[in-house]
Amino acid sequence: MLAPERNWWKPIGRIEKTWLTVALVWCIFLTIMMPLWYFMGKQNVPTESYRTTPKDYAATVNEFVAQYQVGEENGIPVVAAPPGSDVYLRASAWQWYPILQLEKGQEYRLHISSMDFQHGFSLQPVNINLQVLPGYDYVATITPTTSGEFTIVCNEYCFLGHHTMVGKMIVK
Amino acid sequence: MATLAPTTPWAKGAKDDYRDCPVTTLKVDMHAERLIIANAVMAVVTLTLGGIAALLIALTRWQAVHLLDATWFYRLLTLHGIDMLVAWMVFFEMAGLHFGSTVLLNARHAAPKLAWLGFIMMTVGGLMANVVVLFDPSSNVMFTAYVPLKAHPLFYLSYILFAVGALIAVITFFINIVVAKREDRFGGSLPLVVFGLMTAAILATYTLLEGAAAIVPAFLWSLGILPNLDPGIYRNFFWGFGHPAQQVNLAAMVAIWYALAQMTVGIRPVNEKFSRLAFILYLFFINLGSAHHLLVDPGLSFGWKAVNTSYAMYLAVLGSMMHAFSIPAAMEIALRAKGYRKGLFGWLRNGPWKEPGFSALVISMVMFGWIGGVTGVTIGTEQINMLVHNTLRLPGHFHATVVAGTTIAFMGFTYYVIPLIFRKELKLKKWAVWQPYVFGGGMLLVSLGMITSGLQGVARRNWDISFAGVVPGTVDLTLAIFGIGAIIAVIGGIMYVSIVLTSILTGPRLEASNLLLVAGTNNPLLESTTLTDHQMEDKQNQPKGSLVLVIAFLVWFAVYYLTNWWLLGRTWFIR
Repeated sequence: MLAPERNWWKPIGRIEKTWLTVALVWCIFLTIMMPLWYFMGKQNVPTESYRTTPKDYAATVNEFVAQYQVGEENGIPVVAAPPGSDVYLRASAWQWYPILQLEKGQEYRLHISSMDFQHGFSLQPVNINLQVLPGYDYVATITPTTSGEFTIVCNEYCFLGHHTMVGKMIVK
Repeated sequence: MATLAPTTPWAKGAKDDYRDCPVTTLKVDMHAERLIIANAVMAVVTLTLGGIAALLIALTRWQAVHLLDATWFYRLLTLHGIDMLVAWMVFFEMAGLHFGSTVLLNARHAAPKLAWLGFIMMTVGGLMANVVVLFDPSSNVMFTAYVPLKAHPLFYLSYILFAVGALIAVITFFINIVVAKREDRFGGSLPLVVFGLMTAAILATYTLLEGAAAIVPAFLWSLGILPNLDPGIYRNFFWGFGHPAQQVNLAAMVAIWYALAQMTVGIRPVNEKFSRLAFILYLFFINLGSAHHLLVDPGLSFGWKAVNTSYAMYLAVLGSMMHAFSIPAAMEIALRAKGYRKGLFGWLRNGPWKEPGFSALVISMVMFGWIGGVTGVTIGTEQINMLVHNTLRLPGHFHATVVAGTTIAFMGFTYYVIPLIFRKELKLKKWAVWQPYVFGGGMLLVSLGMITSGLQGVARRNWDISFAGVVPGTVDLTLAIFGIGAIIAVIGGIMYVSIVLTSILTGPRLEASNLLLVAGTNNPLLESTTLTDHQMEDKQNQPKGSLVLVIAFLVWFAVYYLTNWWLLGRTWFIR
């Protein structure tokens, strides 16, 4: 709290140097981990995205549903596209549309976009979370490694009905 | 040797409106004193408003209680964010800036009118935000107000008023420093605490400018002047404000840590160069942190995310780790020099644990670093963020930093501001002794409850997770821990507000006679000036215990960090 002596530029002590070195090494390790995982890991944040508009995206989703619909649950179509293909998910206040049916161990290109507000794609209990923005078509290339029925929760606040925005994904 | 006694008289032309502080022998400009009091009072008022909201929303998220309906929950959550994260923090920081740029420099306040203008704008903005959120149903948009959620134009205007007011107050800080230097009010360099506050002020300047880049377009858009805004760009600018704003809190908190350490145990910074370098690292790298909020956003590349989220190379983290050593080390040396030399931790056992400034400092440092810092770096790792984004782990992290860290430090500091600046005897001293422990204990449970709930996938900002139907039964337990912790923390908050109000409102004006509140009659601040180079370098006084503590911290850091990579490796393949 007090003004130091005029010359405070003194060499750093031995214990401080030790800690500084250890801390710096740790920081470098933290830095390396991200690119390392980017090239070696199997779970990376998707980087593929395209500009779109709510209107165009809604049209694509409808086309997709018409082509691959296999059933219906509570008024929402269940859609099963062949492995390796593009599958589409639409977020709007307060609904996930449609219900996607995937196969375990197969790769899919999952498109997600919003019709209105910002939403949060939160797949539970797998616990994968992605941000969903209107105007952005976000493409995640996913391979389910577990099977069952999964819930898609919206975890970005999207006004008063936010907590009712719950969807479903099926993996066989 | 550093000195406390004023060496030069007030400059010619300056109004002779000051008093001599009997405890510290420093001169206190009455303008500065009134500004500090006004800002501190508004800080406590907004803390109280935000605290009421905190209790109600926590009791709603505690699923077994589930108090509020959805609309009120989202409304009070919006209010809680604004009052706590913005108003309480910034008002207290402005009090700190006025204090640091005048009292600590033994100098006058050079621009009191400008500072009052800033204060009035902040007050109007802060109260207006509260009113708009409470009475306008469309403004339940959270503190972040993500476009295209559209709030009432007055909502954005209140942000702008508050931010411009804060910017004006920050500018008076710089004016004061320049004037004090020119009038030769202090010898040599800025004191370390003021240097830290200066870091906070510089960070605050561009933080507020970036806030303008987000909020001004949103304001014009809400008026219908601008067409659609890009939600991705808004997020980038908003967090250019929202994240560095937390780093302002960080820098101010670290400055207060140094102050509390000097006031309660009489430290001398071990190495001024080391500590100042750590602040410089904040200055250069911490602004990259806005990327922390965009790690799973569309439209951004891996490279952009990785470089920004890591503050170039975790260099701002390095700054914090340097402070994490240099402060306990300085405390260890000061206490060892007093004769507490037994073993590695004899100095720590003999610390003044009944002095709230000391206990607040220790609790703040431990919770900030061991919980807040470790979880922060981990969830700021690009890939790991996929497991964490928008789950309760996030508020779990920042309640450890901003509340258990910054708020406790500010609370501890208040107990010395009241006798020294308000010139009122601190009342309810016994409460003050316990308050940091109660509040800290509550916040520990809050943080842990949130983090463990989030680990199980519970979303943040969500009124009712039972719809999700996905969460295992242990979530009821972890949410209950969160709720119980919140009740304890609110009790700690009520203690704090009661102590402050009772002290200010009852009892006559009293010149402070003693720096410490409970732990004795000595004055560590003055003692610190008698700590000799010989004592600082004495082999028996070397900070071996602190080195062990930081190494233990690093081990815990590594365990938590690597466990999260392991968790990530178990989930679905995604790219």
